[in-house]
Parts: sequence; C-alpha cells; structure tokens
Amino acid sequence: MLTPDELAAVRTSLSVAALALAVGLPLAAAAAWMLARGRFFGKSVVDALVHLPLVLPPVVVGYLLLLAFGVQGPAGRVLNDLFGARLVFSTAGAALAAGVMAFPLMVRTLRLAFEAMDPGLDVAARSLGAGPWDRFFSLSLPLATPGLVAAAIIGFAACLGEFGAVITFAANVPGQTQTLPLAIYAALQSPGGDATAMKLAGVSFAIALVALVASEALTRRAYRMTGR
Amino acid sequence: MLQLSIAKRLGDFALSAAFEAPADGVTVLFGASGAGKSTLLACIAGASVPDHGRIVLNGRVLFDAAARTDVPMERRRIGWVFQDARLFPHMTVAANLGYGARRGPGQAGITLAEVAHVLGIEGLLGRRPRDLSGGERQRVGLGRALLSQPDLLLMDEPLGALDAPRKAEILPFIARLKATFGLPILYVTHSLAEAVRLGDRMVVLDQGKVIADGPLAQIVGRPDLPLVSGRSEAGTVLEAAVMAADPARGLTRLRVGAWEIAVPATAAAEGEAVRLFVLARDVMLALDKPLRISARNVLSGVVRALDSQSAGSVLVTIEQAGVRLLASLTPDAVTDLGLQPGTPVWAVLKSVAIEGFGGGLLAALDGEA
Repeated sequence: MLTPDELAAVRTSLSVAALALAVGLPLAAAAAWMLARGRFFGKSVVDALVHLPLVLPPVVVGYLLLLAFGVQGPAGRVLNDLFGARLVFSTAGAALAAGVMAFPLMVRTLRLAFEAMDPGLDVAARSLGAGPWDRFFSLSLPLATPGLVAAAIIGFAACLGEFGAVITFAANVPGQTQTLPLAIYAALQSPGGDATAMKLAGVSFAIALVALVASEALTRRAYRMTGR
Repeated sequence: MLQLSIAKRLGDFALSAAFEAPADGVTVLFGASGAGKSTLLACIAGASVPDHGRIVLNGRVLFDAAARTDVPMERRRIGWVFQDARLFPHMTVAANLGYGARRGPGQAGITLAEVAHVLGIEGLLGRRPRDLSGGERQRVGLGRALLSQPDLLLMDEPLGALDAPRKAEILPFIARLKATFGLPILYVTHSLAEAVRLGDRMVVLDQGKVIADGPLAQIVGRPDLPLVSGRSEAGTVLEAAVMAADPARGLTRLRVGAWEIAVPATAAAEGEAVRLFVLARDVMLALDKPLRISARNVLSGVVRALDSQSAGSVLVTIEQAGVRLLASLTPDAVTDLGLQPGTPVWAVLKSVAIEGFGGGLLAALDGEA
C-alpha cells in the first residue's frame, strides 16, 4: 500500500501535530485565560502578538522563527548552548512552526469558552473558600472542556495542514520534517510522483475524517460532563 | 456577632450603613430594590470593597479601611446563598455539597447527613443540577453554603426567583435551619411576608441608609416607616402563646398580652410560642363593643397614634397592656368616629395569619406589594 517513505510522512505529520498540541494547548489555555479574565497593563499588545500568525503570511512567520530560533538566532543559540538542541531541520522545529501557526486559533476558541462561564459561579466558589488556582482547576477548566476539545481539534487540523511556516523554518527533510503536505508537494515536484501525491492526499482525507468524527463524539461527551 | 459600619460610593449612589447582628437568629435586611441591600451584602462577603469603615465578625476583623485590612472573600468564612443558587453544573449534588466542606476550616460542626436531612435532599445526592427543580436547587445551594462551616450565613433573596408554591416549599426548611444550626443569618429580602415569617431582628435600608434597626415586631409595627407601611401590606406582628386547643369548636386560643385571640385549630401545643400577623386593612374599629358579630376576635384597646398615609388612609395604632396593633382606616371614618389619642375602641380582626401553618402568611401577603 504505502511505501516506507510515504509511511514516514504520515508518522511525521502525526508526531508534529501531537507535539505541537502537547506544548501549545496548555500555553494557549494560559493565554486565553489571561485575555479572558486578566486585567493587566499591555493586554492589547499581548492580544495582538497572539494573533500575529493569523494575519502574517506563513512564510514570514517561518522566516521570523528562523531569525529567532535558527542556529545564529538569539533563542536558538541559548537552546544550543544549554541543551545542545537544534530546532532547525528537526521534528521539534516543525512542531514549533506548526504550533505557532495554530496558536491563535486555539486561543480564540478557548477564550470564548472561558468567557462563556457565568462569573457568578466564580463568586460562589470564592465564598466557599476556593483560591484563584483552585477555582481555575476545579471550575473554569472543567467547564471549558467543550472549548478545550474544540481547540484541540482545530489545532490538530491546523498543524496537519501547515505548509509555509514549516517548510521555511524546518525545511523538507524526509522522516524529520516532511509532513504530509510537504511530501505531497515534493511528490508533485518529481517526475512520476502523481500516484504518490494522490495516495497521500487520500491519507490526509482519511485522517481529517477520523479527527472530525472523534471531535463530534468528544464534544458530546464534554457537554454531558459539564452538565449541559 | 457581626458589627459593621461602612460607607461606599457608587456613582450617584451612596451607601452608609452601621448595625450589629447578634450571634444567632435571623437578621432581616429589608428594603426596596435599589436601597443598597446587595451592595451591603457584597461588602460583607468581600466581593466589594467599602471606601471607609470596619467589618468585624465574632471579634475577627474582616475589613478595616484605616488599618488597610481586607480579608479576601475566600478566607472570610461567610456562607453566601444566592438568588439563582449558582450550583456548579459539572458536579453532582453530592460534589456541590462537598465543595465548600473540603475547603472549609476542617472541623466538621455541620455534617452532610444532618444538612441533607434538614433540607430534605437525601434523595438528590447523585443528580446533576440541571435535573433539579428551582426549589431543589435552592435547597442544595443552602446546604452547600452551610457545609462550608461558615461563621455567618448571607441569604440574598433566596426565594426571589421562585414562584409562590416553591416559596412555600422552601420557607419551612429555612425556618428549620434557624432552629437546628446556631448560626447567625443575614436574610436580604423585600418581601414583608418572608421577613415576618423568618426574622428576629430587622434592619430597614432606604436609599443607602439604615432608617430602622431593632426587634422585628417593633419595626414592622412602626407606622412612620414608609417602606413598611406605605403599602397595602402594612400590619402588625404579634408574638403569641398557645393557651388551649378547642377542637370541639375547631379553634385554638392564643394569648397576646391582655388579649385573647382565637385562630382556626393548629397543631401547636399548649404553651408554644407562635407568631401572628394581622394586616392593618383587616382590622375594623368600633366605639361600642359590637355584639352578634361573625368575627371571632374583638379586642379592646386605646388609640395611641394616628398617622396619615400617602395612599389616603390613616394608620391607627391601638394599644392594650403594652401590645400594639395597627388598623388602616379612611380619613372619613376617623373624623366620623372622632378618633384621637386616648379614645377607647374595640378592634375587630377580620383575619389573622399564623406562622408556619398552611402558608397563611404567604397567602395573606404575597403579591400584595
């Protein structure tokens, strides 16, 4: 069915998306919480910064990441010196690029979920002796579960489909950074790659379908869990 | 005991309140909407910060503007029962009840079994809030607040969102609560019926100021308070003792001061204290003792005061042996009878509402405001 190279592209895609979600979703939740509930100086700047990847061309985002996290970049040098880690040309780098692009979509979804919560419940929890962290984990987060599920699905889909930022920052290395869209692109560039491109497009379609069905089931469960 | 003296300005509205609530019993915070009840409650709970003043609960300073003390709400140990219950929708009733208990001061003075029994919610523990009726939600909210072992319970119009039958369902539970747990309760309402049914003391708030503060029966009987008397539900609270049951005639005889009052037979035992409420408009006055009359209660007294009301009626205070009763008359009737302070009269009670039985008070007062 699939050749080892094609299988590698599927595996890379899934691990890039999973890694980007594992790191990105908690950060997105924190950012969404700050934007939804926080009152601090420079909130509009943070808001704009979070949304930047949504309005910039993906290639520009990849280039900016290269400037910051490249071997010569300030953040890249720190990572290299401290951990001997290089993000460029690595799966982690592809995940970083995909995650940054998916970040604003996840933050927007989660922010809506946090803002939908009745602030009266928070007052009730306070009067019952719950401090701020306690209230976040016992109330806000569980009540935002449907939003969390939606953000995860949207983030996963965005990471699977990301092309410009990944190819610019992490390049197109088979088995490392070559995700499905990059593999399809590479196949189309090579003579006689049409069949491979078609197969990989079919695989992309199947993954998307599974994700959609899973999200439906998960969302329904989440709503039941939150008592609605 | 709660001692407070605070001031807060919110735009054009200025709240300035000082009163004390005793260590047990129900203090009713009474006032029309917009009188500042909710702001005052928020200040006590810690949800709102007063501009000046002090709030002390059982000797513990919760707020002191001068000393810059402001204990955060989650450490004030004040239970808060909301009009809309505010149960956590993602938890079962049992988890809701346990929420405050797990975060409370530790020593379990009030137990889950006790609360579930008093509030009649044993059968609801496994359910989710969305599967509860409005009255059940309110009871669970009450239980949740109690189980956090508070030093003071705030009840913010807990019956406000319920219809009359649900109110009648909850009231006995709140009354039992007062009898079971020795806990001071601050009960906010604009319903005189609820106040009369539950209150021991009353603090009347009007436009951000405390205009009256004292034992409930005294405050409700004061004809000069516009909030209490300026409505069709002005009346008198009477603290009565059961003298004897008279099942043959279907009556129970009560004693209030020198007066003997007969009410339809109740379950109250001899010697038991009950509270009566007599609407001023249900009292007629006569100069001679009316004979051959259907009303069972004809009481003699002396006119003490006459207060003209904005609504075109006159509230007449009559007294006998230190007990006062209000009657609402037309100005024409007052002139015709030549009523003046000192005139001896006979008061004919058309109906008497008695606390705790058949929701008489609610039926008499609800929807009249």
